[in-house]
Amino acid sequence: MVRFSGDSGDGMQITGGQFTLATAVAQNNLSTFPDYPAEIRAPTGTTFGVSAFQINFGSRVVKTAGDEFDVLVAMNPAALKVELAGLRVGGILIVDNGSFQERNLHRAGYEADPLKDDSLKAYRVISMDISRLTQDAVSEFGLSKKEALRCKNFWTLGFVYWMFDRDRQATIDWLKTKFASRPDIANANVAALNAGHALAETMEVADGLQSFSVPHAPNIEPGLYRTVTGAQAMAWGLGVGAKLAALRLVFCSYPITPASPVLHTLSKMVEHDIVTFQAEDEIAAVCAAIGASYAGSLGVTSSSGPGISLKAEAIGLAVSAERPLVVINTQRAGPSTGLPTKTEQSDLLQALYGRNGECPLVVMAARSPSDCFEMAIKACHIATKYMTPVILLSDGYISNASEPWLIPDVDEMEPFPNDLHMQGPCFDPSIRDEVTLARPWAVPGTACLEHRIGGLEKSFETGDISYDPDNHQKMTDVRAAKIDGVVRDIPDQQVEAGAESGPLVVVGWGSTFGPISRAVGNLLDEGLPVSHVHVRHIWPLPANLGALLSGYRRVLVPEMNSGQFSKVLRDQYLIDAKGLNKVTGQPFKIHELEDAIRAHLEAAQ
Amino acid sequence: MNETTVAPKRSPKDFASDQEVRWCPGCGDYAILKAVQKTLADVEAKTENTVFVSGIGCASRFPYYMSTYGFHAIHGRAPAIATGVKLANPDLDVWIVSGDGDALSIGGNHFVHLVRRNVDVQFLLFNNEIYGLTKGQFSPTSRAGTRSPSSPLGSIENPVSAVQLALGSGGHFVARAVDTAQKELTATLKRAHAFKGTSFVEIFQNCVVYNDGAFSAFTAKDKAADTQIHVEHGKPLLFGKERSKGLRIKPGALALEVVSVGENGVSEDDVLVHDETDKMLACLLADMNEPEFPVAMGVLYCKPGHVFEVEIRKMVERETSEATCNLNDVLRQGHTWTVSEDTDLK
Repeated sequence: MVRFSGDSGDGMQITGGQFTLATAVAQNNLSTFPDYPAEIRAPTGTTFGVSAFQINFGSRVVKTAGDEFDVLVAMNPAALKVELAGLRVGGILIVDNGSFQERNLHRAGYEADPLKDDSLKAYRVISMDISRLTQDAVSEFGLSKKEALRCKNFWTLGFVYWMFDRDRQATIDWLKTKFASRPDIANANVAALNAGHALAETMEVADGLQSFSVPHAPNIEPGLYRTVTGAQAMAWGLGVGAKLAALRLVFCSYPITPASPVLHTLSKMVEHDIVTFQAEDEIAAVCAAIGASYAGSLGVTSSSGPGISLKAEAIGLAVSAERPLVVINTQRAGPSTGLPTKTEQSDLLQALYGRNGECPLVVMAARSPSDCFEMAIKACHIATKYMTPVILLSDGYISNASEPWLIPDVDEMEPFPNDLHMQGPCFDPSIRDEVTLARPWAVPGTACLEHRIGGLEKSFETGDISYDPDNHQKMTDVRAAKIDGVVRDIPDQQVEAGAESGPLVVVGWGSTFGPISRAVGNLLDEGLPVSHVHVRHIWPLPANLGALLSGYRRVLVPEMNSGQFSKVLRDQYLIDAKGLNKVTGQPFKIHELEDAIRAHLEAAQ
Repeated sequence: MNETTVAPKRSPKDFASDQEVRWCPGCGDYAILKAVQKTLADVEAKTENTVFVSGIGCASRFPYYMSTYGFHAIHGRAPAIATGVKLANPDLDVWIVSGDGDALSIGGNHFVHLVRRNVDVQFLLFNNEIYGLTKGQFSPTSRAGTRSPSSPLGSIENPVSAVQLALGSGGHFVARAVDTAQKELTATLKRAHAFKGTSFVEIFQNCVVYNDGAFSAFTAKDKAADTQIHVEHGKPLLFGKERSKGLRIKPGALALEVVSVGENGVSEDDVLVHDETDKMLACLLADMNEPEFPVAMGVLYCKPGHVFEVEIRKMVERETSEATCNLNDVLRQGHTWTVSEDTDLK
């Protein structure tokens, strides 16, 4: 839900109307709510002159007009004053700071500039001098200052169009018709629209954020809440994971969209003995993380698809050297540079298989912003317990979106320190734990445990280089068995919604959790027999997953890729998993899922 | 009387592992291995605190032959691995062993950044001007015209100068040595070990199989005195069997020239004195090639600077000492709200 608000002279109704048009063109269900003052032109800058236009879209059934909105556009202080109460906590606030001069602040009844104190901390504020940016964008058309400033609403509209992937063409056509007699005005507004759109793209303002707004449930768990983005939750989870492992976190990364916010968040946590290292490239980042783990810290690296490709060889080294490593992949649309700001789930097979040789490791996938916290901790635990790399998949959608989060108490969490072997007694560093098959973490600096590791095949018995054929077979089998054994630390797969058997189960992983749970929830409300299973542990898979899925006559796997997880399920369980695949850089729409589920239910009956 | 126990002197053998050394017979690497083991014995290094990190190539087998900790990593990435090791534990004594292909071709990027960050490691570049392990292709330090399996008509690339690259990357310690010159090599390695920061040592290493005699023009016993100059801080830049030749600034130019002391009115006072803190002089020395000039050996440049991992540790210690919050506080920063128990639910 988006609400545009400004002075009655700011053209908010036109802006809202155009957004409605573009949304209708995008075939979203929508409802609109124009809200403008009785006075046609109340004195500018006053609270009673605020004009607003609200639009609800997406497939969510809009229950009441009093719902909180997800995005508020406030073109002046008065609009902010009047409308802020309706913005949901954690929502996006777009303000024209060019209009926040003292006179306007005073007229709106502000004693201090709310952009300069902490009063807007509960929201994600995008503060821009829209007035100046608009004037710059239309400067070539020779308009008066007043006329130029009137293009502000279309500049803002362009910005919001980027955020929600609306098509600009209908609006451009409308402007050309509307101002047929004043082509300069038409062209200036089009230029403003395009400039706002371009800036949003440059700023990499995430799209599709609205899908994570969680409706107020009647029996929400009591406690202390905040909003959290996936990137924040990931960073904090890593920090807490290292703390629970009683290790120093050494986080090594190279800037890349959309993964950089994890680096930024951790860089601000130096006081928790967290070392962040901005490496010279992706390969150096993963290698430094491996070096840090080798020397007894918890090495973590983070990137997005193209960067993960570069890290592949080094991840294989960590598999061979059997050292802990956590690799975060905030996926984006590929191949190659692809669509850096758009979301996709197309790195799943890369995570599973994208290395040379037989190179098994653990793959996990967070399903929502707050889930990143729990999964990051889990990744730290598994990596250190089994002395293995763990790839944790997130995506641009999860990373940038925010959701309310019941804040956990870190002091209540169970620590999982690894025996680092910092003191003797002397032992052979090539031995393995009988249960986990992990080799001990014999850390440099420890007397009596000096040994050599590396990427060459090593003897199972001694840890020395070995070219023995049987040894290579044995080591290959042991590496695979070690990862298979991680299943003992993976909880059994639960059914999120619906019955534990029946005609149809929708199996998802990662960020499709939001849309799938909503679609399945809607259809369950209608009385349809459909279930939802959401897998967080991709490799190894939960022990009961095969049996669970065999209880359904049909398995539907919606994915933002061409069918990667469905391939894995078919391969592992010989089931006829059906794909619902979409590679547009866009998340699933609820109605797309509902339509597909209905069709599959019909086929399954 | 209190008895004091004196640790027994360490011998080079204490630093040798039980693994069979598998370089080609006559390979220059044996000589370097010997010099490194002697250096560690001389400085009374502890095997448990010493880590050898390498990439891929003949030289990179080095860690297996040491009784210390060792990590034989992947091609070109030893500097990045070593940086991670130092971030985790700055107290470890880390040596990187690399070759010309490993350090300057596939790992060129990491080399530059290791040096510019001044991570406290010893970087030994075994330069044999050829790819050995892959059977003899030309390398980034091969001279133009090198005939090899991948350049049968002669390579057309210009070589990179390792010491100039190190200086250009902001290196704080740049030195050069010859594999078989044990005394000078060991002395240089000791200097490198004592230096806090990245100490870069280029070692001319003879590959007997694929590039035999690549450096014989200035390493052959009968020629070395006249074709090498061993620079030493505070000493005049003299060379030659009789130490009768010297270097001075060429009149009217920013360049060096070779002069003969006692000829044409040149006295020893005219000869430059080596100042290892003078980067311009280091650049001039690094640029000297035979036959016009002697090849400069020893510590060309040494000027301490901030050490990367030390600065990071200082920052962490400063921040952690002032920290008053735990991770629970981080999670609770910013806007929070409380949902209370709904007692009306019945």
